[in-house]
Amino acid sequence: MTPISGRPDVKPIYLLAALGVATVAAFILSLSMGPAGLGIEATGEARSLIFTEIRLPRAVLGALVGGALGLSGAALQGYLRNPLAEPSLVGVSGGAALGAVLAIHLGLSQAFALALPVGGLAGAAVAMLAVVALAGAHGGPVTLILAGLAVSSIAAALISLALNLSQNPFASVEMVFWMMGSLADRSLTQLWISAPLILIGAALLLTVARALDALTLGEDAARSLGVDLARTRLAVVAGTAFSVGAATAVTGIIGFVGLIVPHMLRPLAHHRPGLLLPASALGGATMLLLADVALRIVQPWVELRIGVLTALIGAPFFVWLVLRTRAELAP
Amino acid sequence: MKIEACGLHMRLGSREVLRGLDFVAHTGEMTAVIGPNGAGKTTLLKALAGLLTPSAGAVTLDGRAMADWPPLVRARSLAYLPQERTTHWALSARAVVALGRLPHQPMGAGESAADARAIDAALAAMDIGHLAERPVLEMSGGERARVLVARALAQEPVALLADEPAAGLDPAHQLTLFHHLTALASAGRTVVVALHDLSLAARFCHRIVLMQAGRTIAAGAPEDVLKSEHLAAVYGINARYATIEGVPVVLVADVLP
Repeated sequence: MTPISGRPDVKPIYLLAALGVATVAAFILSLSMGPAGLGIEATGEARSLIFTEIRLPRAVLGALVGGALGLSGAALQGYLRNPLAEPSLVGVSGGAALGAVLAIHLGLSQAFALALPVGGLAGAAVAMLAVVALAGAHGGPVTLILAGLAVSSIAAALISLALNLSQNPFASVEMVFWMMGSLADRSLTQLWISAPLILIGAALLLTVARALDALTLGEDAARSLGVDLARTRLAVVAGTAFSVGAATAVTGIIGFVGLIVPHMLRPLAHHRPGLLLPASALGGATMLLLADVALRIVQPWVELRIGVLTALIGAPFFVWLVLRTRAELAP
Repeated sequence: MKIEACGLHMRLGSREVLRGLDFVAHTGEMTAVIGPNGAGKTTLLKALAGLLTPSAGAVTLDGRAMADWPPLVRARSLAYLPQERTTHWALSARAVVALGRLPHQPMGAGESAADARAIDAALAAMDIGHLAERPVLEMSGGERARVLVARALAQEPVALLADEPAAGLDPAHQLTLFHHLTALASAGRTVVVALHDLSLAARFCHRIVLMQAGRTIAAGAPEDVLKSEHLAAVYGINARYATIEGVPVVLVADVLP
């Protein structure tokens, strides 16, 4: 990833170009990684099968999901003007997780393969509607955070209940594993289900760039600059719901990407919330693709889930954040 | 741009902040809104900026009702400088000033030559050209205040509403600011400032609107509004409008017993 210095002076176009190159490189790296190597041993049909059925969905999903997480994290941090905001804050990933867990609990995932992603999508949709209804049409950032927290808590409670009531140990293990998040063994069909929704969500999020820039001056000044705050909030919530909801429905919960990536890229984007949106989309895609590559490197020795790896990277980042904030606040 | 408010009532929560207030600001004039804390100055400015919808009465800009102004069109003509000096991210001073150009930029367009000229002129007017690349969060309160004024100037508005623009500025920069606002008014803009400094109001403003408890107590030329009996009644101070070496000032002796 691009090195980060104290006071960088990077032109926006160069920043986005560099991140774009990094994303493409990580994508190609992801495509060429796997037990079958670069496809040297496999030939003909087997080789094309490995590429189109296994590696391509995995790499494309990695790029899309990482991009969705980075982009929505940047959008939420910009809208809430809080560097600690991340996509799970608005309750959508909790809803998606609950939907998928219910699909497992009710045995639907045994009956048909797509029950998991469909359950996840339904859960995300219900969670989004609940958050929007709870937060009201004209509430500020605080009501949105509270509504997201309330919906997340309800989802977490119901997930615990499902785990608690689960009679079947295999189902319990499946639920727990699903919640750890994974890009492995996702089919082209799952990609086709989630990709359009992720892209719609991303498009919505990219429309708020100017509004987020203006919000740097506070809500009154932003409105006086012609920003429609209600529309901005709806675009942020719906964009996050579509992109992160669809991503979580297919891959399970992958934390910290949406928190860390905007943080790392903010100085390079000159702290401009609008520019940080596309930068974080590319940065998130790169980070998740590289994390997935790292998983496959250590796979012969330890079977790690990607959500576990991002949490392992993300939690120490939080510690660093605390130490830095403490240093800044020190007299 | 003529800014007019008729019979304005505004309720914030359970409190009626404006109670049937009439207000007018004319093209080419600088109008001061003065009054004690809680008189409703900030609420009036927000209503004039279209940020608050009155519970009764109406605000018109050039005779056109506020609701008939699409927000983006209004933003190209009317700039509002809030009292709070909010800047959330560590943007450079120049980047903050550039935000004033947002209403003029088509979606997805970058900074045009006209934008760059407006930004540089605003930085120069507020004497912060040398601070352009400094992050605003590292600046002193007064420096940041000047950056935010420059943001409103970069908007190149026909009318400027500024809430306490002089607060936190040293005397030299207060004068720089008011000379610039006077120049804007002379160039045919409408300037409305909410102020606590009565001497600044006396010296620079064409008209003064004295408010108390959401109503207009007096409005007109400085020497007519800043009378001792008005100031005593509204602020509870013993004060006198005077001209010293050609400069109008308000001498405040003490709080009335």
